[in-house]
Amino acid sequence: MSTYLLNKFLYTIDRDPELVERYRADPRATVTWWEAERANQVLNLPAGERSTWLTFTDTEREALATHDYVKLFEFGAHPFLTLTLFIALFERDYDEPLGFQREYARKLSHISLPYPDIST
Amino acid sequence: MATVAAVIASTHHPFYYRASTATGVDRPPFADEWVAKIEAFRETLTRARPDVLVMVGSDHFHQLWLDNMPQFLIGKAPFYDANFSNEEREFGLPRMFLRGDEELSAYLLRQGLDAGFDLAFSNELRLDHSITCPLITLRPEADLPIVPIYTNIFAPPLPQPKRFVELGKAIRELVESWPCEARVAIIGTGHLSLELGGPRQFGPHGPDPEFDRKAIGWIASGDLGSALAEVSLDSLWLPGNATHGFMDFMLMMGVAGESVKADYSDSLDLFHTMEAYFTWYPEAAR
Repeated sequence: MSTYLLNKFLYTIDRDPELVERYRADPRATVTWWEAERANQVLNLPAGERSTWLTFTDTEREALATHDYVKLFEFGAHPFLTLTLFIALFERDYDEPLGFQREYARKLSHISLPYPDIST
Repeated sequence: MATVAAVIASTHHPFYYRASTATGVDRPPFADEWVAKIEAFRETLTRARPDVLVMVGSDHFHQLWLDNMPQFLIGKAPFYDANFSNEEREFGLPRMFLRGDEELSAYLLRQGLDAGFDLAFSNELRLDHSITCPLITLRPEADLPIVPIYTNIFAPPLPQPKRFVELGKAIRELVESWPCEARVAIIGTGHLSLELGGPRQFGPHGPDPEFDRKAIGWIASGDLGSALAEVSLDSLWLPGNATHGFMDFMLMMGVAGESVKADYSDSLDLFHTMEAYFTWYPEAAR
């Protein structure tokens, strides 16, 4: 499990309006690009100074590539990061206020306490 | 010495700004009641005639990140930009620009470190809605210098609830020992029961009305004993997965003092959360 890297993906996509649109339009290609180019970029270091070891597991990569926020929850991705980014991606497709947020809750309705650990 | 002019604790609901400024068909049915409550709450700060605001909140992964996460942090900048593009996108919050009180920041940092709190600091902190929401509700002119204090209620491992209370008590003592003839309001925002990104989110009420009822009772009566006895890092997952924000309320109970009843207390049962508003006027400020 690389919960930290899942969170890093959600965090760095969410804060960049252009990447939000790329991830909405072509999630698989965006995840592939991000893992190759951005996963090991340490956010507070110059571009040349990178980590060398951060990768997704196959199931994590697939969950991101299919916009599967239920899986992300089950993997322990930080729920605030997932919610915020997915609102940005899909709220626009719903007519009712909070329509997407309520469907999101419904899709997680099989989850009971205790929730997956979100510690990193 | 400085005077603590008021101690204020409240929830911070990022939808308030949009709800309160919406008109016509866009205005939600609960907006008028919400605005009336907020305006009454605002008066409790205005009446205290503050010169400086110490503001306790928590970054929501807008700037602070898991590569280097502080537990408690004090901003020490002369100015603060506030609100982020994703808050503008999701909540319609405006960008804000605030003046800092560098002298009080430096004092709280030095004295706080010497009192046993290993506080982080930032010279370039950009503030998010945990600080700007209470400004919008309580001081929309945003004309007073501030000292922001951030707590980690968000990225486990978190400090224990008692540590929040202890820091609150220390902040109160340090502000009262600040050698400056200023009236300081100490304002902090957190949450009651709250679920975000989980199955209980965005229901007709907060996820745990029973927790909310008890928590409001603890805060209004200053019952730190019961709050500390019943609340733990593990128990806070039960009322809702974002309920650790209640520890900012516990910090503010520490500021207000053990068993000190709030002079003003109000709440609003809104969809999704219970909103709650409290003000204490310390004896010396009356």
